[in-house]
Parts: sequence; C-alpha cells; structure tokens
Amino acid sequence: MVFGILFASNYVNTNVDYTSINEVDKITSNSDENFDKMMSVLTHQRCVNCHPNDNIPKQGDDSHPHYFGMSRGKGNMGYDATKCTTCHQSENNEYSGVPGASEWSLAPESMKWEGLTSIEIAKSMLDPKKNGGRTHEEVMHHLTEHELVLWAWDPGVDANGNPREKPPVSKDEYIAVVKEWFKEGAIILEE
Amino acid sequence: MKISFTINGAAQTIDIEDTNTPLLWVVRDMLDLKGTKFGCGKSACGACTLHVDGQAIRSCSYAVKFAEGKNITTIEGLGTSEKPHPVQQAWIEEIVPQCGYCQPGFMMATAALLNENPNPTDDDIDKNIINICRCATYYRMRKAIHRAAELTNKNTNAQKL
Repeated sequence: MVFGILFASNYVNTNVDYTSINEVDKITSNSDENFDKMMSVLTHQRCVNCHPNDNIPKQGDDSHPHYFGMSRGKGNMGYDATKCTTCHQSENNEYSGVPGASEWSLAPESMKWEGLTSIEIAKSMLDPKKNGGRTHEEVMHHLTEHELVLWAWDPGVDANGNPREKPPVSKDEYIAVVKEWFKEGAIILEE
Repeated sequence: MKISFTINGAAQTIDIEDTNTPLLWVVRDMLDLKGTKFGCGKSACGACTLHVDGQAIRSCSYAVKFAEGKNITTIEGLGTSEKPHPVQQAWIEEIVPQCGYCQPGFMMATAALLNENPNPTDDDIDKNIINICRCATYYRMRKAIHRAAELTNKNTNAQKL
C-alpha cells in the first residue's frame, strides 16, 4: 500500500502543489479495484490458454493441452504445414466449433503468463522487454481494442455446440477499468 | 450470394444462401468433387484436407465465404492418372491405402508439407501429418512420405539440368 501511494503520487495531475492523503487513498482504492477487475479477465482461461509457459497451447475451460500435439512452432503459428490457420480462421466456425479471430496465434514466447500471479502478469505486461517494446499507451490500446483480445467476449461454441465461458467481467466494464487503470498511472500494488 | 474462386485450375462461381457453409459441402455437393471426405466435422481427423492458396486447410471448418478469390486444390487436381503427383505416385508404390477413405486428406496434407519442407524427418512428419487413419496405415504412409520427398527432389533436380 505504501509503495502504491508513493507510486500513485507521481502520476496524479493536479492544479495544486500537493495531493491530499484522502485523494491519494481514493485513487489507489479505485486503482486497486480496477486492477482486480482487469486481472480477473487477463487470468481467465480465454486469455491464458494462448499465453502458455510450455509452448503448448491450451484448450477449453479446463485448459487441457491442445489436441494433436500442436505446439508454438515457427512465428507462434504452428508447424510447417500444420499451422494454426489449418483449422482456425478469422472468425468462429459455428459448424465445427473451431474458434477463430483475426491473427489467431500464440502470444510471443516472452509473454508466458500461465502459472503467474496477477501481479507477475501485470509486471510482465508493462515490461517493454517482454511486451514487444510497447509503451503503456500502446499496451492499453492493445488490451482494449485488439480483435484477438476482445474475442474473449465472443468465444463461440465448442465442438459439442456448447457456448464457451466468457470472462467474469463484461467487455464494456473491462475496457473502462483498463483505461481507468492506465489513466491513474498503471499502479501495481505489491502483494 | 455469389462467391468466385479457382478450383483445380478452373474458374468457378457459386450462388449460395449461407456463406458460412463449410467449403467441404460446396466441393462435394455443389461441385461434385467427391474425393475430399467428411470424417469428423470438427477439424480433428483431417479427412477433409484440401489446399487453399497452397496451404493445407480443414475444409469442414472453413466457411466458403473465405474462398472468395482464392485458389483451391482438391485431390482431383493434385495430379492425373497419366501424370500423378509425387505423393500419389509414392502412395501407389508403397501400396498405402487399406479402406482408403482417409487417404485423400493424408495425401493433401503430405503435399502441403513437401511444399514447405522438401526433406521432412520422422519428427517433421509426426508434427505435421496429424490426420487419423482407422486402418492404421501410418507405417506405410511414413515410408510413402519419404518416398514422395525423394520423387519430388528427383523431379526438381531433373528440372534444373
């Protein structure tokens, strides 16, 4: 909390020379809540299934290893002739239950989130060495606008025709809290 | 809605109401090309594999609308009786099929693999040829894939001379 207050105080834009303790408390409290909501999405299987720590994509609500021995392969897109796009197209296929979205692929190797805590994922996400050199602004746009990220709220049906589980927070609320969290300085409260 | 593409070298336009119809059913039922097979309908077995712009695709899970402007090849267009594709030639030499149902999908997957990797190792074969054969002809197929690679390389070298 102390770290959070100190960190937040460097990011608060005000017209006065100081920020009252009450104001800082309010900001960190909001930020804490926003952080928790954002991370409840980013740690959901719809996101983490494609951020594996062992280069093997995961599938389903139980996050089992991808069938058929699929792995990261070249450019995060699978093997020479059996690639992600052999089965996954740019949108869900309701006939076969195969999910799809634009740029369907594994997240790059530097973005291994599987098994990490929320705080570890957030730190990794903001680290330019691991996030593809993105600034906070660029990470915020990626998280709130990229079609593959937002696919989580339109995950289609599985091979048995059953709807896939969506993240626990609505898309609109997720986008709002992510934007708010970045606006408030992208504070990561220590455990 | 009209959708136009090239299939086995010939221009084709179809008129279809549901543009999400799997390409498999367009190929089989509208164009009467029965070599591409229905197996699982869930993109798992590979019996429906064909090529779209040279890439292996599971046609049971490929909406026909994505075929607009693309170049499609099915097993009927891979080679001819007079001039079989090296993969088809190798399949004949190694007498691979048993019941034969899944073999077109395997041959299309193998042809796509050789396009990308002319000398696949056993490991490459294991990773890329993940179709399912209930007659378990895998052992003969592995031999045929290596033979097809030999024939492909022989043809390529002959063309260079």
